[in-house]
Amino acid sequence: MSEKKTNRRDFLFTATYAVGAVGVGATIWPMIDQMNPDASVKALASTEVDVSAVNPGKTITVLWRGKPVFIRRRTQDEISEARSVKLEELKHPESDEDRAKNPEWLVMLGVCTHLGCVPLDQKGDYNGWFCPCHGSHYDISGRIRKGPAPTNMEIPKYEFVNANTIKIG
Amino acid sequence: MKKLLRIFFLLILITGIQSNSNAAEKVEYLKTDWSFKGLFGKFDRAALQRGYQVYTEVCSSCHSMKYLSYRNLAEKGGPEFTEDQAKVIAASFEVKDGPNADGDMFTRPGKLSDKFVMPYENVKAAQAANGGAYPPDMSVLVKARGGGVDYIYSLLQGYEDPPVGVTLDDGVYYNKYMYGNKIKMSNQLSDGLVEYSDGTNATVEQMSKDVTTFLMWAAEPHLEARHQMGFKAIIYLIILTVLVYFSMKRIWSRIKTEV
Amino acid sequence: MSDHQYTPESKFGKWFNDRLPLLTLANHLTDYPTPKNLNYWWTFGGILTFCLITQIVTGLVLAMHYIAHADMAFDSVEHIMRDVNYGWLIRYIHANGASMFFLAVYIHIFRSLFYGSYKAPREIIWIIGIIIYLLMMAAAFMGYVLPWGQMSFWGATVITNLFSAIPLVGEGIVTWLWGGYSVDNPTLTRFFTLHYLIPFLILGLVVLHIWALHVPGNNNPVGIDIKKPSKDTVPFHPYIVIKDGFALLMFMIVFAFFVFYTPNILGHADNYIEADPLVTPAHIVPEWYLLPFYAILRSVPDKLLGVVAMLSAIFILAVLPWLDTSKIRSAVFRPLYRQFYWILVADVLILGYVGAMPAEGLYLLIARVATAYYFLHFLVILPVLGFKEKTLPIPLSITEPVLGGSPNLATAKNKESLKIK
Repeated sequence: MSEKKTNRRDFLFTATYAVGAVGVGATIWPMIDQMNPDASVKALASTEVDVSAVNPGKTITVLWRGKPVFIRRRTQDEISEARSVKLEELKHPESDEDRAKNPEWLVMLGVCTHLGCVPLDQKGDYNGWFCPCHGSHYDISGRIRKGPAPTNMEIPKYEFVNANTIKIG
Repeated sequence: MKKLLRIFFLLILITGIQSNSNAAEKVEYLKTDWSFKGLFGKFDRAALQRGYQVYTEVCSSCHSMKYLSYRNLAEKGGPEFTEDQAKVIAASFEVKDGPNADGDMFTRPGKLSDKFVMPYENVKAAQAANGGAYPPDMSVLVKARGGGVDYIYSLLQGYEDPPVGVTLDDGVYYNKYMYGNKIKMSNQLSDGLVEYSDGTNATVEQMSKDVTTFLMWAAEPHLEARHQMGFKAIIYLIILTVLVYFSMKRIWSRIKTEV
Repeated sequence: MSDHQYTPESKFGKWFNDRLPLLTLANHLTDYPTPKNLNYWWTFGGILTFCLITQIVTGLVLAMHYIAHADMAFDSVEHIMRDVNYGWLIRYIHANGASMFFLAVYIHIFRSLFYGSYKAPREIIWIIGIIIYLLMMAAAFMGYVLPWGQMSFWGATVITNLFSAIPLVGEGIVTWLWGGYSVDNPTLTRFFTLHYLIPFLILGLVVLHIWALHVPGNNNPVGIDIKKPSKDTVPFHPYIVIKDGFALLMFMIVFAFFVFYTPNILGHADNYIEADPLVTPAHIVPEWYLLPFYAILRSVPDKLLGVVAMLSAIFILAVLPWLDTSKIRSAVFRPLYRQFYWILVADVLILGYVGAMPAEGLYLLIARVATAYYFLHFLVILPVLGFKEKTLPIPLSITEPVLGGSPNLATAKNKESLKIK
C-alpha cells in the first residue's frame, strides 16, 4: 500500500469524524438553549408602578422579573445622610447621586448581592437594610457597609413616565 | 441499495394509508398557490399583514386567538410589522388587568406582551352570543382541520343557496365545503368589505387567501425557521451519509482481501 | 457475559477493571464477533437504540415545559410550540420520533420473522422483545394523551373502556384507572407519570435483550450456526458500527423529512382541538402503528371477545418459537414459508388500512377475513408447514456457497448480501 493511499484514507476518516462532530454539536445546542428564558418571559421585561400613594419614609416592594424591587421615598434627613458619606469609607464606592438620580426616590433591586436573599427594611447598623441570611448591612442608599456581600444592591434600568409613575425595565 | 429502496417504498405506503385515512371528506377543495408550501416555502408578508387586517376587522368580533400575543406581529417569520407598528396595534386594544392596589380590575391600553384580546369572556359567553355554537379559537385552526389551509380557503368561499330538498333551521347556513354542509356561521365576506391600505383589491377570493395565510402563520409561527433548518439538516445528513458510505467501503475492503 | 479473557494494558486500567470490569465489557462489545453476512435489515437494532435515546432526551426536555393538568396541558403544548426556544423542533422530533420508532420496530420484528431469529436458542431474546413492544405501545398511547386534544381525550376514553369488557370487575377497574367517573385530570397526571417511567423500563429491557443476544450471538441471513470468532465473523467495531451508522443516517434523512416538512401528517387534525368531554370526534382513529390491532378489535362483534382477540394477536407472538415447528431458520431455504410470510405482511398492511376506515360494509368484511387469516397463519399454517415443507439444501457455512459455487438459491442470495457490503 502506497503512502499516498494511507493519507487519503486518513483524510476520509478524519473528515467523517469532523463532520459528524459538527452535527452532534448542532443537535445539542437546541437541547441547551431550550432552558434559556423563552420568548414570553423575555417579553415581560418592563413593569409600570404607580407611586402616588407612597409617603416620605416609606418603602414599597414590587415584583419585576420575578424579583422584588424596593422603591423608597426618602426623607430629607435620609437624603443628606446618604449624600454625606465619603466614598473612601465604602467597600464598593458609588456616590448616592449616581444611584438615585431623583434624590427623593431610591429604586433598587431588593436582592442581597451575597447569595440572593431579600434584605429587611430599616434594619441594621446603617439605617438602611439588613440581610438576615448572613448579616450584610446596607445604608440608606443601598450600599454595602458591613458583612459578606461584595457589592451594593443593584439599580435596575427605570424611568419616570410621569410624576407618579415609574417604569422599571 | 435495493433493500433500502424497499424500505422507502414501505414508508411511502404507510404515509399513503395515513393521509388517506385523514381525508375522510372527499370534497375537492378550491386550489390556490400558497407561498409557504414547498422546501423553501415562506409567508408572503403583505398577505400576512392584510390577513391580520381581515382578522381584526371581520373575524375577531366572534373568534378568539388566545395563543397569540401582539409581540408576535413584529417577530421574524410573521407579518413583520415594525415594533412601533405592533405597539400601536397593541395600544389600540383595551386590555383587562389587575387587581390594582384597591383590589379592583381595570382596563389599560394593550402592550406587546399581552395576548390577543378575546371577544368573549369564556366559551359559555361565546355560545350564548352565537346561538349555542362556539366560534372556535383560531390560533391553531388550520392544523385542527383535516383539509388545512385549502379547507379554510374553500369554506370562506363555499356559501351557496341550499339545493332543493335541503331545509335549514334559523341561523344555519349552507356551505359546500362544510362537514355535513350545515354551518352556523353566515357568509362573512363580500367584495370590498375591508379597505386594504396597500391598495390591493379586496375581493372575496383575495380576503380568503390573505386571512387563511394569516391563520397558517398563527398556527405554525415557526414555519419559515423550520423550512430553513430542515433544508440545512437534510443537506448536512446527505453529506455525512456519503462520507460514512465511503468510510464503510474502506473499512469493509479490509476483509474482502482476507476472505 | 463473555468467556474470553481481557487484561487492560495500563496499570490504572487494570486496577480499575479488577474492581469494576467496565473495560472488559467495553472490550466485549467492540470485539463481539458478528456474522459478516448480515444485511441491512439487521441494522434496525441499532436504529431502534437511537430512537429510544432520542425519545428519552427530547421527552426529558418537553417535560421541563409541559404541565400535566387538564386545564393547562393543551396551553403548555402551545407554549412549547410558540415560545420555548426550539420548542417546536423538540416537540416535532418527539411526536414523529414515536412513529419512526414503530416503523423501525416493525421492520425489526418482520426481519426476525423472515429469518427465523426467534427460534431456539433465541426464544428469550424474542420474548423480551415482545415485552418491549408491548411497553412501547403503552408509552405511545399514554404519550398521545398528554397534549389533551380531542383525540387524546377520546382515545384515552375508548382504550381505557376496553377494560370494562372484563366480567364482574371491569367497571371497577375502569374507574380505578381513571381515578374518577370519566377521563379527567387524575387520569392525565397518572398517564404522565407512567409515560415518563416506561421508557426507562424499556431501556432496562433493551440491556437484557442485548445481553441475551450476546449469549448465542446474532442469527444471520443464512440462518445457520457459525463458529465464533471465525472467518465467518467480523468484530463489531468498526465493521458493524460503521454499517449501522450508515443505515442510521439514511433513516435520519427520512426522519428529518417528516420533522421539517410534514410534521403533522402522521398525527390527527382533531388533536389540535382542545379536549371536550361533551363532543366526540366523527372518526376516532388511533395512531397508524396501532391500526392493525384496532381493526382486529373492531372486527369481532362481541365486546369481550373483541378485546380478547386484540390481545391474543399480540400475545400469540410470544409463543411463536413453539408454534413454528420448522427446523430451518431462514426463509431463504423455505420456499413455501417465504410465500406465506409475504401474505402475512400483506395481511397486516390490509388490517392497518381497514383499521383507518369506518367499520362498516366492505371494510368490516375485509377486516374479518384478514383477522381470521392472521390467526390462521400462526395457529395452523406455521405448525403444519414445519412438517410438510420441502426445504432447500442448507450450506455448511456462510462462506461455503461462495467458495464452493454450488448453484442453488442460497448462493445467489448470499452473493447478493455479500455484495452489499
